[in-house]
Amino acid sequence: MTEVATKYTFRDFTSDQEVRWCPGCDDYVILRSMQKALPEMGVKKEDVVFISGIGCSSRFPYYIDSYGMHGIHGRAPAIASGVKLANPDLSVWVITGDGDSLAIGGNHFIHVLRRNLDLNIILFNNEIYGLTKGQFSPTSLIGQKTKTSPYGNTQPPFSPGELALGAQARFFARIGGNTPKEMTQLFIDAEKYKGTSLIEVLQNCPIFNDGCYKNITDKAVRADKQIHLEHGKPMIFGKERNKGLVLNGLKLEVITIGENGIAESDLLIHDAKEPDSTLHSMLVKLEYPVATGIIRAVEELTFEEREEALTNEVKASSKFNKVDDLFFSGETYEV
Amino acid sequence: MITAKTKKQQEVLEAVVIRFVGDSGDGMQLTGTQFSDTSAMFGNDIATFPNYPAEIRAPQGSLYGVSGFQVHIGSVEISTPGEDLDLLVCMNPAALKTNLSALKAGHTIIIDTDSFTKKNLEKALYASNPLEDGSLNNYRVIEVAMTSLTKEALKDMGLDNKSITRSKNMFALGMVYWMYDRDMNHTLDFFDKKFKTKPLIAEANSKVLKTGFYFAETLELIPNSFTISPSKMPKGTYRIINGNQATAWGFLAAAEKSGLELFLGSYPITPASDILHELVKHKHFGVKAFQAEDEIAGITSSIGASFAGDFAITTTSGPGLALKGEAVGLAMILELPLVIVNVQRGGPSTGLPTKTEQSDLLQALYGRNGESPLIVIAASTPADCFDWAYEAARLTLEHMTPVLLLTDGYIANGSEPWKIKSINEMPSITHKQISGGGNPEKWNVYDRDAVTLAREWAIPGTKGFEHRVGGLEKDKTSGNVSYVPENHEYMTHIRAEKVDRVQNSIPDLKSDFNDEGDLLVVGWGGTFGSLHSATKQLNDEGYKIGHVHFNYINPLPKNTEAVFSKFKKIIVCELNNGQLASVLRSKFTNFEFSQHNKIQGLPFGVSELTQKFKSLIN
Repeated sequence: MTEVATKYTFRDFTSDQEVRWCPGCDDYVILRSMQKALPEMGVKKEDVVFISGIGCSSRFPYYIDSYGMHGIHGRAPAIASGVKLANPDLSVWVITGDGDSLAIGGNHFIHVLRRNLDLNIILFNNEIYGLTKGQFSPTSLIGQKTKTSPYGNTQPPFSPGELALGAQARFFARIGGNTPKEMTQLFIDAEKYKGTSLIEVLQNCPIFNDGCYKNITDKAVRADKQIHLEHGKPMIFGKERNKGLVLNGLKLEVITIGENGIAESDLLIHDAKEPDSTLHSMLVKLEYPVATGIIRAVEELTFEEREEALTNEVKASSKFNKVDDLFFSGETYEV
Repeated sequence: MITAKTKKQQEVLEAVVIRFVGDSGDGMQLTGTQFSDTSAMFGNDIATFPNYPAEIRAPQGSLYGVSGFQVHIGSVEISTPGEDLDLLVCMNPAALKTNLSALKAGHTIIIDTDSFTKKNLEKALYASNPLEDGSLNNYRVIEVAMTSLTKEALKDMGLDNKSITRSKNMFALGMVYWMYDRDMNHTLDFFDKKFKTKPLIAEANSKVLKTGFYFAETLELIPNSFTISPSKMPKGTYRIINGNQATAWGFLAAAEKSGLELFLGSYPITPASDILHELVKHKHFGVKAFQAEDEIAGITSSIGASFAGDFAITTTSGPGLALKGEAVGLAMILELPLVIVNVQRGGPSTGLPTKTEQSDLLQALYGRNGESPLIVIAASTPADCFDWAYEAARLTLEHMTPVLLLTDGYIANGSEPWKIKSINEMPSITHKQISGGGNPEKWNVYDRDAVTLAREWAIPGTKGFEHRVGGLEKDKTSGNVSYVPENHEYMTHIRAEKVDRVQNSIPDLKSDFNDEGDLLVVGWGGTFGSLHSATKQLNDEGYKIGHVHFNYINPLPKNTEAVFSKFKKIIVCELNNGQLASVLRSKFTNFEFSQHNKIQGLPFGVSELTQKFKSLIN
């Protein structure tokens, strides 16, 4: 991507289409955060592509004034892979939900992470099917009552982060759906990161699963229930900034600074760039506090970089420049 | 030069059909390929038919592990791999049991007697040894202890037993080379190249080939050799090509001609994988061949690549096309260029993966939700897969709607001489990409060309043309989501009409042999060779029969009805249960269509066709 001469504002990325999500949906926050983040990315508007699957989240591309495709259910990562391989200079975004990416599109989800193209995936996780009106999703909780589990859900949920790390995700971040400032910054960071970045947004569905994250994301509890990780900084949280994480044997433990002689310097320092995912995996699974921010961001060669290097190597050593060179080569004969 | 200098008699033949059969580990495909390539280079016209099991290494000696390669060579025009065999080369009892019925009475079988052990006879379910019980009395049997002779020839070379016995197929090839007066040099060169890093193996194979050759020369059981003169083919530079390679190369040519980069999203499936195998080799042309995680990712990655401006294709076989169905509909409603290749195999479900069939025609035409017409075309011979792949590219890029190209296992794996086409001989391809010129203010996503109804192709990276498309019904102009009832009906009609208008850019249908007559033979796709041969034969016998072969299936050529009306009877011949016949019946209600159908995983035999045609006329 070349440097951008024009300075964009969020209006440049706002399409003329009326937004049709339910009032109060966190999707509005995600959309606005993206429209604010895009001008800060140093990317030309015509180089931005949004690809989505099916579901409430997947209407997103219609609302951003750039190139976009509303695809078919679960397949956005595969469509986006084709876009990126065709033109690696584009900034390609995948918009998906928990049903779209973890149920019908599970296969593409794990393989896109494994390959590590330079794509950004935003997973709107509301632990429910919204567009089809309230069935349980692969992230719904045991016991959750939905249209298809009137007596309570009996299927254990996926943790998207855990699944992603298992599929070799090199970049995983999580953010509450009601924190636009942090979300905007996260989108910018994801774009700057070279490789597949996955952002899980804890997105409230006000109609079918209202309040599913209220114990984590409500303004009153947020500071005490979330730990917002920053690379190179101590793992500290709490309204009073007096709580933190230490390693106790093979487990993370929440401690209070000042108690039992523990000082801030005893806290773990977050290293998002550590290739070994053991600690990242513990952070992903942590139920209290819930880890947000960039949990893992390990730089590695991207799939398209490997492909390009190989292609250049083959081109340099090949005797074929034009198809005629190939067609008339080898075992031909005259009649 | 090693040639057959012999004192024995030489008989001149017009054409012969030879089949090499053995265990799936016996190297029959290689043996057959060498014989056919050598014959083609000598100037014969050829057609080949590999027939092998789905199992890679079925239990040794078993009936279902038999692998065969049939080749038809001639000094005359050869359109099929032939039917009744003149020579059967047989490496074990199971191969004899499963192939003997195809050999003409009185003709020759070469048998490796070493393999006729008690164990192998039992595996082939023989109650007694056919070499001893008189069951081969109607044939000329040449019994050769091929394995022992190969071992003897190589005993001083210090090779392991496995490498030695593996080269016995070359003993058989050497014998057949002598019998048909073929030059061994092509195969000797092949060994040198193939075993460049293993000179000992190259030497061993060469030695066994020559041993077989000289053995045949001195053997009294073979009284004479045969020669088949070069065929009268148009002058030019040729190579032997199979259908899958020709398909891949057609796309390479189309990409270069159109100035676009070629993207293939694909998932391995028999018998289509060889197209992927071929295209992954061509990174030097900038080909992006992407092996995806499944069939759906194969096509959807191609749709993404097409959206971003590549010439995108996806390749599969029947079951894979079923999986791709929803995505084909997406490409169709987006109105993006995309070629979907279906190398048909026996179905339904997993069916007969290595066998041929034409039973995906209705799936190609109708196998999607909603009103979802596609351009459907079919290749008819191994070499013309090149032209039809190229034509598929031209149609999709010029008309901005997906094209489904049908080939089948028979022509995909069969090979024949291809008079090489230079890119300069190929028609031009004008794609619809907006290069950055034009006024975006006056441009709408679904504005259409007045003649073809094709929309323009604005790709990401083009300033001012930013837009969104999707699988939801879209407004006829802006492309924005639209639920307006009249708009949906309008869009449904316009997408269909766009495909119908392709009629204006394709040639008329022509009947071969006769423009009018007693019977019109109708076929499509890979059955061309058999139908052509059968029709030719009957016309030579004085019958008045025409043959039309559909390559354009949706839309059909404009003059189809006019061609049909000149014949008293029409018979539609297909390797399925009557799919084209039912399409034709629904479109042309004033004709009666007879059918000839075969659903055995095998191509038509010429004699079954001539018999059927005669019965309709008489």
